[in-house]
Amino acid sequence: MLICLTTICLVCSALLAGVYAVTAEPIAAAAVKKTNDAIAAVLPQFEKASEEKSVLFEGKEYKYYEVYDIEGEVMGYAIKSAEGGFGGPVSLMVGVLTDGVVYNTNVLSHAETPGLGAKCTEPAFHDQFIELNPSTTKLDVKKNGGDIDAITAATITSNAYTKAVAKAVAIAATIKEAPQAEEVEPVTEGGSENE
Amino acid sequence: MSKLKYTVNGILKDNPTFVLLLGMCPTLATTSSAINGMSMGLATLFVLVLSNIAISAVAKFIPDKVRIPSYIVIIATFVTLLQFLMQAFLPSIYETLGLFIPLIVVNCIVLGRAEAFANKHTVLESACDGIGIGLGFTIALTVLGLVRELLGNLSAFGWKPVEGDGILVFILAPGAFLVLGYLIVLFKKLTGNN
Repeated sequence: MLICLTTICLVCSALLAGVYAVTAEPIAAAAVKKTNDAIAAVLPQFEKASEEKSVLFEGKEYKYYEVYDIEGEVMGYAIKSAEGGFGGPVSLMVGVLTDGVVYNTNVLSHAETPGLGAKCTEPAFHDQFIELNPSTTKLDVKKNGGDIDAITAATITSNAYTKAVAKAVAIAATIKEAPQAEEVEPVTEGGSENE
Repeated sequence: MSKLKYTVNGILKDNPTFVLLLGMCPTLATTSSAINGMSMGLATLFVLVLSNIAISAVAKFIPDKVRIPSYIVIIATFVTLLQFLMQAFLPSIYETLGLFIPLIVVNCIVLGRAEAFANKHTVLESACDGIGIGLGFTIALTVLGLVRELLGNLSAFGWKPVEGDGILVFILAPGAFLVLGYLIVLFKKLTGNN
């Protein structure tokens, strides 16, 4: 009985170790590609992106990436920001230029209701955040006196999305004030929530 | 030829979703669209065929007392394997189904077939049974997903010919129950399987 179970477990773990060895690289590559795509989607064309960095904002740590133009000047930041939505955290990549303008946003993950909150991934909603200047457009849903049109029947999601963007803008300001804050953590990827 | 019987049985007479009513958790949860339903079905098919083959091959060496733990270890191995492969090569599908892939381990269809079929039949028969049950599950999930997507979002496999919103409730959890109920009725009617 013991021998039998041991053998099965041994064979199974050997098999898994083998497959893991083969797939570890593509899995890591896919995760990196996903992050890079997200950075590229939220910022104008850039020359080079930094490693993952982290910044402390209101007692929590947030991950971000700096991007540089050809001369090596910082062009903007891609910030991972999250806010509690209806079905869990709405996690975004927000591109903020050095002058504080939101260039674009991209949903990294969410668990909102299909057909309602999940519409936050559709252009009708998230195009509102393209090249948005927080000094002229109030980052809040209209119901709360802001300038963002909420998704019909999904105010909580719209609110979470908007708050996450507003938070990213504030984080960008923090990063700019204290440049080289806490340095580089090696790029470990995964859908790490910055909750 | 006679082996083919097991495959057909799995799709019609023993259809896991419409007749055996097994594996309801992934059935209801992943069928919010036809693509998701089909992917979940195919993932289960993959695990089912491999676990049926492996279990039928080693069943006679496993003492009765430890057969369930052994089956679970074997099934979990294939599921983890599938998870690695999907993560590496189909990351977008993995993202939608991610949560439900590990749950295949405890999907009663897989363990049910191991216990009810694979440990009493030859490797070839078990493989045919795995394909049949797996296809039956895939077809059921695809149809369920398709109906829900059509009614709830006016689209099929992501193709949306008309603008507008569907009847939202069909994409939400209660819609899954409603559609499943009607599909079971329809299936029984069509197969004369009362």
